[in-house]
Amino acid sequence: MRDILPEIERWISEGEEIALATVVRAIGSSPRPVGAKMAVTRSGRMAGSVSGGCVEGAVFEVALEVLETGQPRLVRYGISDEQAWDVGLSCGGTIDVFVEPLVRKA
Amino acid sequence: MSGEVFSALRQALHEEEAVVSATVVSGEPLGAKFLVFEDGRTVGSLGSPELDAAVRADAETFFKSGEAETRTYRLSDGREVEVFLEAHLPPRHLVVIGAVHIAIPLVAMAKELGYRTTVIDAREFFATRERFPHADQLIVAWPDEALAQIKITPQTDIVILAHDEKFEDPALHVALRSRAGYIGAIGSRKTSEQRLERLRRAGFSEEELSRIHAPIGIDIGAKTPAEIAVSILAEIIAVRRGRIGQPLRPAKTSPAAVSGDGG
Repeated sequence: MRDILPEIERWISEGEEIALATVVRAIGSSPRPVGAKMAVTRSGRMAGSVSGGCVEGAVFEVALEVLETGQPRLVRYGISDEQAWDVGLSCGGTIDVFVEPLVRKA
Repeated sequence: MSGEVFSALRQALHEEEAVVSATVVSGEPLGAKFLVFEDGRTVGSLGSPELDAAVRADAETFFKSGEAETRTYRLSDGREVEVFLEAHLPPRHLVVIGAVHIAIPLVAMAKELGYRTTVIDAREFFATRERFPHADQLIVAWPDEALAQIKITPQTDIVILAHDEKFEDPALHVALRSRAGYIGAIGSRKTSEQRLERLRRAGFSEEELSRIHAPIGIDIGAKTPAEIAVSILAEIIAVRRGRIGQPLRPAKTSPAAVSGDGG
């Protein structure tokens, strides 16, 4: 959280609506540890990451939907070996990402 | 996240207060949040006093480990709820005694690792802003006086680069009586042994002395100040994570056996 707090605070001051995605479980190897976070604004800005780049696009779509409905969601992604970035670890794990509205206009 | 919980979390992060956050990630009420502070204070709720109490009790281990994990709780009404617990600890603090050449890349790299950094030296022409543009704090004072001004916690790592007993002994006396997470001191094996002997004479036990990492660093054959900084920081990370620091490649295929006695 601390790593993306400066961006989140700036976005709040600019009146953005913000969703927060967090890796809450990793099964097998994963490129980012449990607790890794990514924030997404309704206008399409992003900070942080939840993987080595392979699932951010999908999480981005879920984040926009969560901002639309106001309902958090838990989504599971399998990181196939072809998708996973080579970070010196054997990828091919599964991550659960919790996506929640952080700042939303009524 | 409710406005109340999020603003309490933001405040804790700003004030560098340790906090454990808990979120219902599966089950109802989905997305409910609860914060537990080290003094036992709480903000928010996971929707049931029973669950709040269970999470509050579990939070204690997270303050120590700094980890994050999803746990399953079975409630007395038969419901099963998954809760994501996460520690938000203050940034680790690297305290460097001796504003010597190696300290310059050490502080710059530690900053990149997210550390708050303090450099201490009694010699004011060593501990200058020009030499240490990345340091959060420069203290010109004798090590024991300077360390007395700093709050040393298990999140504090102390690196002694002074290489001179009149600086390093007072620093080690304070460090060994503190709860510092890591204590390392530069010097050869011979220097390290002589240092241990002085500390034994000063009354420190073998158990206390075993906290000192000396010669400092992991053996990567470091020679330049920047390489030595990498070696020291690698050791600090390994100690924090409970590892000894070796190649990830299986030992059989590793050429590590040919290394000499560096350090």
